[in-house]
This record gives sequence, C-alpha cells and structure tokens, in this order.
Amino acid sequence: MSEARPRIAVVTFPGSNDDGDARLALELLGAEAPAVWHGETSLPSGTGGVVLPGGFSYGDYLRCGAIARVAPVMNAVRRFADDGGPVLGICNGFQILCEAGLLPGALRPNRQLEFVCDDVAVTVESTGTPFTSTCSPGAELVIPVKHGEGCWVADDDLFEQVVDHDQVVLRYIEDVNGARDRVAGVSNEDGNVLGLMPHPEHAVDPLLGPTGGVPLLEGLVAAARERVSIAAL
Amino acid sequence: MRLTVLIRPKAGILDPQGEAVQASLATLGFSVTRARVGRLVDLEIATDDAEAARVEVERMCAELLANPLIESFHVVVENA
Repeated sequence: MSEARPRIAVVTFPGSNDDGDARLALELLGAEAPAVWHGETSLPSGTGGVVLPGGFSYGDYLRCGAIARVAPVMNAVRRFADDGGPVLGICNGFQILCEAGLLPGALRPNRQLEFVCDDVAVTVESTGTPFTSTCSPGAELVIPVKHGEGCWVADDDLFEQVVDHDQVVLRYIEDVNGARDRVAGVSNEDGNVLGLMPHPEHAVDPLLGPTGGVPLLEGLVAAARERVSIAAL
Repeated sequence: MRLTVLIRPKAGILDPQGEAVQASLATLGFSVTRARVGRLVDLEIATDDAEAARVEVERMCAELLANPLIESFHVVVENA
C-alpha cells in the first residue's frame, strides 16, 4: 500500500509566482498540495504543512513581505506555526516570515545591487529541523536563487542569539548577496519554521537541472505526514 | 491632520541604494561624501489632536510602516 499523501497548503498572495512550481514539486514528492488564497482565514482541514512561495507579493510595496504579513491567512499560518506545524518560506515567503516576526532578521537589497539568478551551492549547517533531518551536517546542496533582496541581516545581539540556538540552517559556500555570514536560510528556535532564499521547488527534477531541493521538500513532506498521522490518533 | 513619516535605514545598516546614488552624483560632478536613501509616507488622520495623532502614527510605524530591525522613523506633524 502506498503511503498517504499528506496535505501541504501552498499560499497564493497577489503577486506570488512560484506557487505553481511549489505545488508541482510537492505533488511529485508525494504530497497533496492545495492552493490557499491569501484572503482565507483558515487552512484546509487536515493541513500537515504550509509553504509560503516565492514571488513579489503585493508588488513588494513598502518592504518585501510587509503587506503580505497582514493578509488574513497569516493569522492561520501563525497559529499553525505556534502549534509546531512545519512552515517553509521560500524567497518572498522567507521575507514574509521575517516581516511577520516568525523568523529572525530581515532581508535587504543585495549588496551588489544586482538581481542574482544562478544555481548556487549551500551547505547544511543544522540538521535540527524537519527540513534537514535526513541531511548530513555539512552536506552540499545545489539550488537556484533568483532575487534582488536576499541579503539577510541581523544586528550583533540577534545574530549571536541565532547562532547560539543553531538557527542558521543553510549557508552559501560563496557570497551571493552580501548576507551576514553568508546565511542562506534560518529557522525559528524550535526548527519547525524555515525560511530560505534558494528555491528548492525549482530543483527537484533532474531534467531541469540540479536536484538540491529534494531533501528539503522531502523533509517537509515527511514532517507533514507525521503531523497528520499523529492528529489522526 | 496631516503627518509625514520619514523612514531611514538605521545607522550601520548597509544601504547599497544610497551608495549607488552617491556614485551617480559623483559621476555628474557633485561632491557627496555620503548618501542614504529612505522613504516617506504622508498620512491624513481625522483628528485635531496633534499629540494623539502622533502617538497613533508611531504605533503604525512600529506595526507596519517601518521594520525596527533595519529602519528608524521620525514623525513630523505637518499642521496642528
């Protein structure tokens, strides 16, 4: 018997443009991935995971992610995250989670003032999250990036806290955008919320290039499956 | 009541946009030792109480208009 397909909600904000790829990738990796409109006030019943996809929500008005974080659906996402549910924010989704205070730090314009679009190598710095639990520490993943504002910043106190709690999850091998300490992805303290600038949903099919996104999304699918099965007991 | 909010990248926060503006001004022959680029928001609030309006706008800044991790803000009451 095949394993049940856990439900992972992919939120669509006005201006999201990687929601389709995120849903395709998650379905390829064994999940059911319904689209959830930003105006919804709850997540679909039986949701075991949430993805905030890439794009330019609300035209990046004010600051990237600043308007999206007050969307009605974000209250439901916050409750889900507070309850320990796995939440993955990719690129604009990462910016939204930082603006929402669910992740530490903020994303600023790239140091080099250029939009960066490339396959980049990152190392897995923490395996204490559901997204990286099957990776070896230091494992190298190649995943594409495409962003203009991916320079993760935190002041000294916050950065020390983030490092102390093992919240740096992914680090670029080479500088990509000027991010502090080449941080590519950070989690919350509990590890169930992860934000990253690289796009794992674009890196799952060998026909299209690198496949470094597979372990991260498989980790999310596994965590969602576990959450749903526990809820069913 | 009209109020203006001036939002700036905090001291110590890298501002590549400001650096680009400075470089472009230098290209045009202007001598500028430093440029920082922020944002301004004009607001109109239906009240005559300047102090209450200021307090309200400061709350707006804390919750949405500025990101305290990277930006500072300054509220100017335009007319009392």
